[in-house]
Amino acid sequence: MGFWQRFLQLDRKWIFIGIAIVVIIPLIKPLGLPIKPTKPVIDLFTYIDTLGPESDPVMVVTGFDPSTMPELMPMEQALLRHCLTKGIPVISFGGLYPAYIGMAKMAIDEVSADFPDKKYGEDYVFLGFIPGVSAVILSIGIDIATTFGNDYYGTPIDSLPMLRGVKNYSDISLVVDVSGSSTPEYWLMYAQERYGVNIGVACTAVSAPAFYAFLQSGQFVGMLGGLKGAAEYEELMARKGYPTGRRPATIGMDSQSLAHLLIILLIILGNAGYFIVRRGERRQGIIRRKK
Amino acid sequence: MSISTSIWVWMAALLTLMVYSFLYKDNPFYRLAEHIFMGLSLGYTLTILWYNYIIPRVYEPLFLPPHQWSLIFPILLGMMTFGIFSKKYSWLIKYPLAFYVGGYAGLRIPLLLQSWIIRQVEASFLTPDKFTSLMSSINAILIFAGLFATLIYFYFSKKREHGFGAAAQVGIVFIMVAFGAAFGYTVMARISLLIGRMQFLLHDWLGIM
Repeated sequence: MGFWQRFLQLDRKWIFIGIAIVVIIPLIKPLGLPIKPTKPVIDLFTYIDTLGPESDPVMVVTGFDPSTMPELMPMEQALLRHCLTKGIPVISFGGLYPAYIGMAKMAIDEVSADFPDKKYGEDYVFLGFIPGVSAVILSIGIDIATTFGNDYYGTPIDSLPMLRGVKNYSDISLVVDVSGSSTPEYWLMYAQERYGVNIGVACTAVSAPAFYAFLQSGQFVGMLGGLKGAAEYEELMARKGYPTGRRPATIGMDSQSLAHLLIILLIILGNAGYFIVRRGERRQGIIRRKK
Repeated sequence: MSISTSIWVWMAALLTLMVYSFLYKDNPFYRLAEHIFMGLSLGYTLTILWYNYIIPRVYEPLFLPPHQWSLIFPILLGMMTFGIFSKKYSWLIKYPLAFYVGGYAGLRIPLLLQSWIIRQVEASFLTPDKFTSLMSSINAILIFAGLFATLIYFYFSKKREHGFGAAAQVGIVFIMVAFGAAFGYTVMARISLLIGRMQFLLHDWLGIM
């Protein structure tokens, strides 16, 4: 059996081992490959960067559970960090499904610990999970206080100083949905189209291609797609001199690039091997050419 | 190197390794981790629903003053869905379903048409503001040509020959490019998940990074 035939019958466990090696080594010995921010990320960053303490709040919606945490948690933390650095009031919303609230709590707790001068209720608030999905999004457009009643900790919305004067979407400068599912489509339909609020999206790489159409049409302000989007946002924060924390997305990008190179190599070798083996079999008369 | 002393980090690390052991082959450790995950997910979801929904949205408004008796009607309507568990009373589910389907369709269809069709078609028009630079002009023409050719590909009431057939072929090229982009992004997503777990194992658990 020749090299190419053996290669085509390679046990997939060797591919797993190869991927593990190219992922682990750059995590221990970083290569420092450059990160170049793209337009969708710059657009979202610039939009938030133009806001300030006097602006209407930014609502950061947690739309992910632990299964997509590696991609989306760095985005959520970078967004929260950016808002708190600029002094923009932040409404952290625990999401439209029960599994998201734990992620939201983790994100706001970790980021707010780095900003001891920011006070809960005055600089940021945390709203819990409310069932109803589309009904919740529509209801926020009517009255936030009626929709939620209390914040995550049971404090009535009306008694939170930051939310005095914030009635509905008309008092919110931007909603960013950090989503591991199709929830940006709901925010697009029920919040942007119905009430005209600006929407930004931070999504998994799997979802990103579907949302480019809405970027092109101007329906989304900007988008962070996958770990790469998170790394680009961290890079923009660093370039401005803002505090970035540990930069988990940037740390992972070297591994991401090497793993992509390995996969591209395997695809090229796999295709080359297929054609070489087939040509050899034709020569030996195993396969007849189609007439 | 500073290995974590937190029992929770150790538990998460061991469960991660148990799940990854499936890459070698199915084994009792993987199945144990899978069952723990299923039980935990269900318990977590039920607890969140109980304390964030049933208690503050149903129990407290009904049983604590000021009583909101009007809530009885939607609660009863919702409870009718449980009729599905009985052959005798399964017809009860038709009423809440009628409300749900009617309301949801009424809310969704106009907004869906507006945001997914009308706004997208508008954005594909070749208006003068799309030709402000060379790159934006190329993008606008590509989007228009892509939309046009792809729609022709999905038009099945005419034989594919001459110019129509050629346009459909161009449509296939655009569809393939879209599939390629989607596949590339999917690979990126899966690798990202692995990177996240490896960061947890190497940083939070072993303290190597």
